[in-house]
Amino acid sequence: MHYQFDFGALLPYWQSFLSGALTTIEITVFSVIIGLGIGIACAIARRSQVAVLRAVVGVYIEAVRNTPFIVQIFFIFFGLSSVGIRMPIIAASVFAMVINVGAYTAEIVRAGMDSIHPSQIEAAQALGLSKFQIYRDIIMLPAIERVYPSLSSQFILMMLATSICSQISAEELTGVANNIQSNTFRSLETYFVVALLYIAITYLMRAAFFGLGLIAFPRRRRLGLGV
Amino acid sequence: MSVAVKLTNVVKRFGELEVLKGVSFEINSGEVVALIGQSGSGKSTALRCINQLETIQGGSIEVCGHRVEDPKLDVRALRRDIGMVFQSYNLFPHMTVAQNIMLALRRVKGMRKDEAYEVAKPVLAKVGLSEKIDSYPEQLSGGQQQRVAIARSLAMQPKVMLFDEVTSALDPKLTGEVLRVMEDLARGGMTMIVVTHEMGFAKRAANRVIYMHTGKVWETGGADILSNPQTPELKEFMAEEL
Amino acid sequence: MFGAFSTNHLIYLLDGLLWTVILSALAFLLGGIAGFFVMLARISRFRWLRRVALVYIQIVQGTPLLIQMFILYFGLGVFGISVPPLAAAGLGMMVYTSSYLGEIWRGAVGSIAKTQFEAAECLGLTRWQALQDVILPQALKIATPPTVGFLVQLVKNTSLASVVGFLELTRAAQVINNSLFQPFLVFGVAAFFYFCVCYPLSAWSRSLERKLNVGRR
Repeated sequence: MHYQFDFGALLPYWQSFLSGALTTIEITVFSVIIGLGIGIACAIARRSQVAVLRAVVGVYIEAVRNTPFIVQIFFIFFGLSSVGIRMPIIAASVFAMVINVGAYTAEIVRAGMDSIHPSQIEAAQALGLSKFQIYRDIIMLPAIERVYPSLSSQFILMMLATSICSQISAEELTGVANNIQSNTFRSLETYFVVALLYIAITYLMRAAFFGLGLIAFPRRRRLGLGV
Repeated sequence: MSVAVKLTNVVKRFGELEVLKGVSFEINSGEVVALIGQSGSGKSTALRCINQLETIQGGSIEVCGHRVEDPKLDVRALRRDIGMVFQSYNLFPHMTVAQNIMLALRRVKGMRKDEAYEVAKPVLAKVGLSEKIDSYPEQLSGGQQQRVAIARSLAMQPKVMLFDEVTSALDPKLTGEVLRVMEDLARGGMTMIVVTHEMGFAKRAANRVIYMHTGKVWETGGADILSNPQTPELKEFMAEEL
Repeated sequence: MFGAFSTNHLIYLLDGLLWTVILSALAFLLGGIAGFFVMLARISRFRWLRRVALVYIQIVQGTPLLIQMFILYFGLGVFGISVPPLAAAGLGMMVYTSSYLGEIWRGAVGSIAKTQFEAAECLGLTRWQALQDVILPQALKIATPPTVGFLVQLVKNTSLASVVGFLELTRAAQVINNSLFQPFLVFGVAAFFYFCVCYPLSAWSRSLERKLNVGRR
């Protein structure tokens, strides 16, 4: 069997590809920023004195981490609309993503916090720092610095997971591809192009995280530890 | 006497850095040679070049008839003739003492398990550790681990033994027990090249001493050069070692 | 209401769960074998082979599994190759699995000190013998916790086989929901089933990790 590749048929759709890629980036950026905040809050809650809070957050994290994203997004999107709550598709996508990013981030940040030696906190207490200052400067910032590489690769995985939003008809890169291939019948070519675009976005994200790391963590930069 | 190891104008570079700048020396069969010098003088690198753990950029090395720099060299045949003991012992942590010694006997020499075991027992006795045959490395002291490492090499009946700072990680008491094993070996006629900081060992056991400095052979002679150095560099080195 | 959730629906979902487990096992088996070769290629003496393996990993890990599934699904289609859905889904999962396991295992092998390799080579062992007798047994211990952890990702990601029509748990849930339209209930039950498979694996991976860390101290 011989197949004639024809990428030319896709040329008229370049704007759609581009807008799909931008939507993918948009969903990712919003869900990473909000999810990071939730994740940090949950990591702190996991170490709280209040047992109920610890348990609730624990259940949230485990429930999200041990079920597939596609089931979660169906649960949220179709579930909400079944009780009459109609969310814009992009909002529902970001909502589902945020829940995911939050749970994964919480686990990573918690591991970072656990790696801060108690003597660091004692030293800070001895210097008379307030509880908030200790949390911010002695625990949280060094913890995030330490797990920054895991965080950034997790966020790249999350970006790839946004493709699943196409299953609730979000017009991100994969959703756009599904439309284009059904218009052109050039399915293989379409998905090849989209695969390349995803690879480009992962490289873009890596570069962004590298740059962000240089700005955020001057110590690593000066010690040449890489970011 | 036949020549066991011969280095001729050996040059070794790591990128820009030239570590060996034309090193030449010869070691006869049955000889015990102490290779000494500051860290960074190239003595360990020279040793590693001899069994091709490092490839050389110039000159030639001959070991028991093998041309080490020859691209067609049978590396495994070379390494069957050479035993090597490292500073960090490098025992295999997931194997017992017996398994450590028997591994190469079985896999390289193709012995059966019981044959290999019969070989392992006497070599282990030779280093005085018969009762540890079923222990795991982490159950042994550093000195004992190093003696097992020596036994592991000996079991292969090498023609030449290389020792790379084998006592540097040990405290003085444990150093003593390892050096005694090596001195026994020397008396037994083994050809040995020993990179060491133990000047006492060099004086007692070495037929010859090679002092390396900045990637070159700087001074060589009998053990007496240690008490009567000819070059100011060796003089200074000896003063630091004491 | 479009009808009630009945025992039949539950059995249908359980049947889907069975296929999820079968697909996961198949993907792990095939992907594990392929991943072993990916690992070997990554530590090869030949630079070109290391490069090829790296490019393979970067492509697979740089694109969504969903897109890989589509490419495989339509690719087999346009070349007129017809395979049963299980084989198509298994093949897609295999590619994905091989790249992640290959990289996890390479990390484990890389964490074994280089001097262990040297010691083995100095005893005259071949590279392959050294790998087999000295490196792999030690790497196995280190690789087990992250491998079990990856199994969780694998089980979850079999849900994406649903989009190319493979009838596993997620697809079964969709089918039921299309007739009942009780998404909270139907997808909730499906999520619970996934949880029942994944949570024990997560917990096992964590406990293995803890034991390994204690052993190393």
